[in-house]
Amino acid sequence: MDSSILQKRKKIIATTHFGARSFKNHFFFGIVLLLSLITISIVFLIIGTLVVKGYHQINWSFFTQVAPDTFDAMMANASGKIIPGGILNGITGTLLLVGLASVIAIPFGIVIGIYLYENATKRYANVIRDITDVLQGVPSIVVGLIVYLWVVVDITKGYSVLAGSVALAIMMLPLIIRSTEESMKMVPTTLKEAAIALGTPYYKVILRVLIPSSFSGLITGVLLAVSRVMGETAPLLLTTLGNSSVNWNLAKPVSAVPLLIWQFYNDPNMVNLIWSSSLFLMGFVLLLNILSKWIAAKKSIQ
Amino acid sequence: MATSTSILSIEDLSIAYDRDKYAVKNVTATVQKNAITAIMGPSGCGKTTLLRAINRMHELYPNISTEGKIKLYGDNIYEMPTIELRRKIGMVFQRPNPFPTMSIYENVIAGYKLNGIHLKRTERDEIVESTLRDVTLWDEVKNALHKKGTFLSGGQQQRLCVARALAFKPEIILLDEPTSALDPVSTAKIEDLLVELKKHYTIILVTHNMSQAARISDNSMFMYLGELIEYEDTKTMFTNPKDPRTEGYLTGKFG
Repeated sequence: MDSSILQKRKKIIATTHFGARSFKNHFFFGIVLLLSLITISIVFLIIGTLVVKGYHQINWSFFTQVAPDTFDAMMANASGKIIPGGILNGITGTLLLVGLASVIAIPFGIVIGIYLYENATKRYANVIRDITDVLQGVPSIVVGLIVYLWVVVDITKGYSVLAGSVALAIMMLPLIIRSTEESMKMVPTTLKEAAIALGTPYYKVILRVLIPSSFSGLITGVLLAVSRVMGETAPLLLTTLGNSSVNWNLAKPVSAVPLLIWQFYNDPNMVNLIWSSSLFLMGFVLLLNILSKWIAAKKSIQ
Repeated sequence: MATSTSILSIEDLSIAYDRDKYAVKNVTATVQKNAITAIMGPSGCGKTTLLRAINRMHELYPNISTEGKIKLYGDNIYEMPTIELRRKIGMVFQRPNPFPTMSIYENVIAGYKLNGIHLKRTERDEIVESTLRDVTLWDEVKNALHKKGTFLSGGQQQRLCVARALAFKPEIILLDEPTSALDPVSTAKIEDLLVELKKHYTIILVTHNMSQAARISDNSMFMYLGELIEYEDTKTMFTNPKDPRTEGYLTGKFG
């Protein structure tokens, strides 16, 4: 190297203010730390508030009895007791709605996801992918309105479990499609080739190799989609309305935990139940999230 | 070289990507039965495409066109159902790829399972044991048959993949640089295994490693830019190459 260039570089190095750089480095690290602390503390504040305000309503009857009427709640409040009853109608309703929605959305979502993965570059696949993204962006209240029109008015002639499930399924669909495609992409192509080289018919390559190899990804995607729609309220208001007792009839309206929260919010006597119901919903969703992370970590293939 | 029976004849085979980019150009050759045939050549010379053309795996690539014929015992493989063909011509890949969701036992009989061929328990056990013995893996894994294949070492996994390809008793086994991801000891084991296997099978091997071809193959093909430049018995090719390009490759002038 030319010695004059070397001299110049030495000079630059000698005159650089490392102190200033070091300060900048620490400064930005401090900002990042602060912002992430704020983010984390929001999560803990939410959970903390729900626990503090909601825990004393949580007892056996909370899970085994239906929501009380406003008169019982008023009497309990007046005598300083905890509000009797629970949210059984909401819990069973949520499970029924989400269960039926999964039954509808999972086969659709996984089949379309596999199609997109197998035909990644085809024009038709790209169109489907774009439309899926649009579907994901449809506001949930709009989904509710449309399902009201299609199912509530035309099919069940009234608010129903079926209508609510269809609305939730429509919202789950894009999530499952994309997560299926992504988890299929994680399967090494060599596995697919190995199966094809054994003379395996194509549908068996998908059923026996691709799906089992990406199973944890598929489950994770489904669980995340379930936890996403579990707290949906707006579409359920328009499709299944609510029910003060437990219902298993798919053609009849049903309650759901978020619907109950909305109902409690609108009734001054029920305020205390808002927090415990929210705590339950939050805990359930959190559990699903942790479960999906655990499955993803545990069953991932190397 | 032409003295013993041939099993496969490649007749004026050309393979093109995107209609005009030829990966394999006018290759004609016959493959000798119960021998190891090595395909050598620099990167991008078309050796993997030629190998994959033999069990039609190259058709998985998009926009591929194939001209010419490959005949297995006189039958054109391009007129056979691919599923039937691939059961007759097994394949082992560059990197060991046992099915991660299956145990060692299930990996060996994966061909039967995936093809929905039902076997009795005794038949299954017999196939698993004899095939694993053939690939000299039995003693190492006989107590762990129901563990996942992915817990084995790289060399053991690759022998398991050979076993998986052998379980169907194919006519030909294709190997695409089977030792390029393995250490020297595992490589030696695979090489010994191939020499042993040629008693019962015909082996076609793509290799980057000239000394490997020299050590174990009976016949060698040298490919360059999609053309089959030279095809000789290995000893002749290494001691007395006819084409200057072959000589250049073998002496390390390019490649």
